[in-house]
Amino acid sequence: MPKKLYNEPSPLETRILSKRFGLENSESLATYLANDGFKAFRKAREMKPEEIIEEVKTSALRGRGGAGFPTGLKWSFVPRSSPKPKYIVINADESEPGTCKDRLLMEYDPHQMIEGILIAGLAMDAHKGYIYIRGEYRYLIDHMDRALAEAYSQGYLGKNILGTGFDFDLYTHSGAGAYECGEETALLDSLEGKRGVPRMKPPFPAVAGAWASPTLLNNVETFSAIPAIIRDGGAAFAALGTPKNGGTRLLCVSGHVNKPGVYEVPLGYPMMKFINEIAGGIPGGKKLKAVIPGGSSCPILKADECDIPMDYDSLAKIGSMLGSGGMVVMDETTDMVKVALRIMRFYAHESCGWCIPCREGTTWLRKILQRFDDGGGRHDDIGLLGELSKNMLGRTFCALGDAAAMPTISIVEKFAEDFEKRLARDRQMVAV
Amino acid sequence: MMTFSPQLEQKFAKMLTAYPEGKKRSAVVPMLIYAQDEVGSITPELIDEVARRCEVTPLQVDEVVGYYSMLHRKPMGKFHVQVCTNISCLLVGGMELYEHACKKLGISHKQVTADGQISLEEVECMGACSWAPAVEINYDFHHHVTPEKLDQLIDGLRKAQ
Repeated sequence: MPKKLYNEPSPLETRILSKRFGLENSESLATYLANDGFKAFRKAREMKPEEIIEEVKTSALRGRGGAGFPTGLKWSFVPRSSPKPKYIVINADESEPGTCKDRLLMEYDPHQMIEGILIAGLAMDAHKGYIYIRGEYRYLIDHMDRALAEAYSQGYLGKNILGTGFDFDLYTHSGAGAYECGEETALLDSLEGKRGVPRMKPPFPAVAGAWASPTLLNNVETFSAIPAIIRDGGAAFAALGTPKNGGTRLLCVSGHVNKPGVYEVPLGYPMMKFINEIAGGIPGGKKLKAVIPGGSSCPILKADECDIPMDYDSLAKIGSMLGSGGMVVMDETTDMVKVALRIMRFYAHESCGWCIPCREGTTWLRKILQRFDDGGGRHDDIGLLGELSKNMLGRTFCALGDAAAMPTISIVEKFAEDFEKRLARDRQMVAV
Repeated sequence: MMTFSPQLEQKFAKMLTAYPEGKKRSAVVPMLIYAQDEVGSITPELIDEVARRCEVTPLQVDEVVGYYSMLHRKPMGKFHVQVCTNISCLLVGGMELYEHACKKLGISHKQVTADGQISLEEVECMGACSWAPAVEINYDFHHHVTPEKLDQLIDGLRKAQ
């Protein structure tokens, strides 16, 4: 029996990474092999490492974890000739609010990711990899462990993989609840058994990552895209998207839509078409108010800004980000004070406390927003929220400070009206 | 010295070989969370044991415990009910669901029912945004949860005791 999917696929999708979702036993190695599995690895085995990296560069694949850094370039930074062991680390700490795609890639098609990791291993001359999975995804850790055991038992992992002489060991590693561990250097500290606190960069993980060795760190979806790129060629993958924004990606849509779900579309897909046709539009005939395009760290968009193609550069042009693909849709009834407060409660909770602008900034912003929501708002607060946030931008050790500041700045600037309305309501209540 | 169930001992033995030579410290976080599931909470004895096995000082384990939100120094209930109220869940009734859970159980954030069976936590995003509102009970995800569905889940837990 094919596994029931979390949401119905849409006929408008372009399913490259998710093409096996919904197949009978899609998570099994047998299904993977019967549907193009390990063709890319066999091909990569005949390629020179530089050729593999060149193919990834040609694909214009950009990191799917959030930052959107060109993957091929990142791969080229790892010094293959280093005498130190090299490691591959897979970021499966999926915890950016609004994001739930890596779960599906691991649950429905774990061997696709494993194949992507092996190809990276060939390119880096790495022989060990660690899949860092958030602790809340325990069922997926068990699921991945089963997939790894299956791959080992059939010679797709371990010594002399498929008789090629290439060895690779892959392990799962459980997190224990910390958003900050999605930041790559914090993740590495966590992998080393410490508190997940970000490291000073440089050196970048490519040079000194896990256990001070050269380390390639990519998101689950990034690795999952590799087999298609090597199998069908980087150019074919690139052609699916827009210039410098290759391929397809999984978008997770949540909030006020009729068909929330995870859908795969080419980069550059029109946002409004995505919301109205794939995600089924807004329930109850209500109007669109705002969209968080790629996880709660991304600056919010007003309805009239949403008529754009969804790729990294188009979003950057209007001051936001495609991020991790977690799109949150809000209808006209949404109270932006509550949205800003909930977002800030999250960042204040998740700030690791290592650097002061983030630790204190998120705490003060949370307190001001809480007071505002409780009816104790002051007119100066609106400006103060923006000013405090701007003072955090670029002044924190890692991107968490920016992640907290950016949505806040955009909410108070674009939806000041919601804050003004609250003040008017509070005044009325005092008058009564 | 503490020992765990044979299955867990086997898991830990394998875990300690997963990391490079001399890097057993890497097993600290996974070992803590798996052991907590069996012991019930992070006890001082457990900290000492994990330190011994991972070849670090107890302090190096202790400082990690306070950092990770899934690690608890006090036991939670046999069933730990985690309700997400983060943005995607908030928009479709997650906060109301959490408030409903508080009323239904007569406890609030990180509290345990008097019989020690059920605990409640308002949690941050757990990666179920497109199927919100979401609840995780121990490690089982529940999607599209309504107050009625939550009542049924909780009543089911009480029967399962």
